[in-house]
Amino acid sequence: MLRIHELNFRYKNINALEGVDLQLNKGEILSIVGPNGAGKTTLLKCIVRIVKPEKGTILIDGKDASEMKRLDLARCVGYVPQSSPSKFPITVFDTVLMGRRPYITWKPSKKDLEVVADLLMSMDLEDLALRSFDELSGGEKQKVLLARAFAQGPNYLLFDEPTSNLDLRHQMEVMEMISGMVREKGVAAILAMHDLNLASRFSDRILMLNAGKIFCNGEPLHVMTVENIRSVYGVEVTINLSDCHPYIVPIRQIN
Amino acid sequence: MEDIYQRYKGFTGKKVSLMIFLLVILFAVALIALSQGAASVGFKDSFTALFRGSGLAHAIVWKLRLPRIVMAILVGWGLALAGTVFQAILRNPLASPYTLGIASSAGFGAVMAIVFGAGFSNEYLIAGNAFFFALLSSFLILGIAKLKGSTTETMILAGIAIMFLFSSLSSLFQYMGTMEEVHEIVFWFFGSLSKVGWKELGIASVMILLPIPILLKLSWDFNLLAAGDESALALGVNVKRIRMIGVILASLITAGSICFTGVIGFIGLVSPHITRMIIGGDHWFLLPASALVGTVLVLMADTLGRIVWAPQVIPIGIVTSFIGVPFFFYLLMRRKREYW
Repeated sequence: MLRIHELNFRYKNINALEGVDLQLNKGEILSIVGPNGAGKTTLLKCIVRIVKPEKGTILIDGKDASEMKRLDLARCVGYVPQSSPSKFPITVFDTVLMGRRPYITWKPSKKDLEVVADLLMSMDLEDLALRSFDELSGGEKQKVLLARAFAQGPNYLLFDEPTSNLDLRHQMEVMEMISGMVREKGVAAILAMHDLNLASRFSDRILMLNAGKIFCNGEPLHVMTVENIRSVYGVEVTINLSDCHPYIVPIRQIN
Repeated sequence: MEDIYQRYKGFTGKKVSLMIFLLVILFAVALIALSQGAASVGFKDSFTALFRGSGLAHAIVWKLRLPRIVMAILVGWGLALAGTVFQAILRNPLASPYTLGIASSAGFGAVMAIVFGAGFSNEYLIAGNAFFFALLSSFLILGIAKLKGSTTETMILAGIAIMFLFSSLSSLFQYMGTMEEVHEIVFWFFGSLSKVGWKELGIASVMILLPIPILLKLSWDFNLLAAGDESALALGVNVKRIRMIGVILASLITAGSICFTGVIGFIGLVSPHITRMIIGGDHWFLLPASALVGTVLVLMADTLGRIVWAPQVIPIGIVTSFIGVPFFFYLLMRRKREYW
């Protein structure tokens, strides 16, 4: 279980996160939604210690994340950023191999190479294995970054807007890969999402953030209401039901 | 699965073959270099003189040519290695060992020694000063990084500031010096392998060779830095620490290389850059391979400098500056990918 208690993060005199509580069990998918600047990305960065929170505790399987060594943390938690700069040439295989860093001392072992090869095959990336990462399309790059996180062998996976910048097909592919990973391997996933419908459809629970504070927390049907979206996003919507999931249709902005 | 694994093994196998090939080229160039010089000790004679105990050929080979060749190898190795590390740490494929101002600060040390006779060691006044000030500037950078954060932007800005500080001070003191002193300073800045003996070689080799195992161990961390600070942090890399260690070791290697020879340019920039284009960005291979490329470049440059205008020897720094020209033209023409 991943548990977060009273998390606070200040950034230049603004409370980017205030009193955030969160709980995630294995086999669950939790989506964090909220307007730009609500603190979704900041929350993820606090968990993987890219930034340091002012207050609060993060417990990963009972251990305090702030006291773990970075490499140990990287073995438990995988983080997929929105994009990865590629100023240097590197193959797809080597990119995914980076995910094995928590297990590499001098150079990758046979096991590390086999883990990567297996992953590439199961994610349908084998033809791209020796291609250069920067030559790939946006969708392919995102799949490779996913594979890199999977290669860490983590129990928890964090995704920062995994579908923003992808076409419809790749959006479905990525969401289904994440779902599949969670169901098959029993890991847990937190997704910071802009797309409310994808979030509703694929998540077990949704956390709605507004201005750094938790606005609402629960199952998609419970959280995605016309009133909540009006309060947090300032948008008037109607909500239909699609296969037991709420389907949000935006109507107009509210002034 | 087996297929991908085999293909990757083949891919890395090719890199190893390339390095062996580079090693062979190095030996060939070294042998050629051994046979060139003002005295007419030819190819066969110089090779046998390596092993035979006495005689004029032996003296020329062991006292004049061999130390020069070994120093060329060491300096090429060191500068290329340092350049590779700086490019990795600053995430900039056009970075060089001098991006953080080391050349200017080392030069300042040399100026202090030449104009004021002020310095740290009596036997090696100029070299000792150059070394000390080179390291001083990197500690200044680290201090600034500690205060303002160790992002690549901070370090490069700090490096530029330091470069201006020391080069303006150098200019000021040169202005106050005599003609002979200015002449000596100008020649120091040309860079030269001519004044190097076995004792200097011993000192330089300690500083250049010692950091190598540490750098190899960090090669995967360098790989991860290329993915961005955030991804590297999330994958378990202590980015701040790696940058600091990298700056210290690469500065040590650079200072060790140039304190006896003066500033030799372009090797630290060109070697990792072209090696990366051939062998890729995996630092486990890139570090040793670009070091080898550096040695070949410096050896060839030095040999050229000794042949072209014999019996005059063109200072190595001048020859390597000319290397920069075709290199940058090539980059300009090439430009087909997003990265350099």
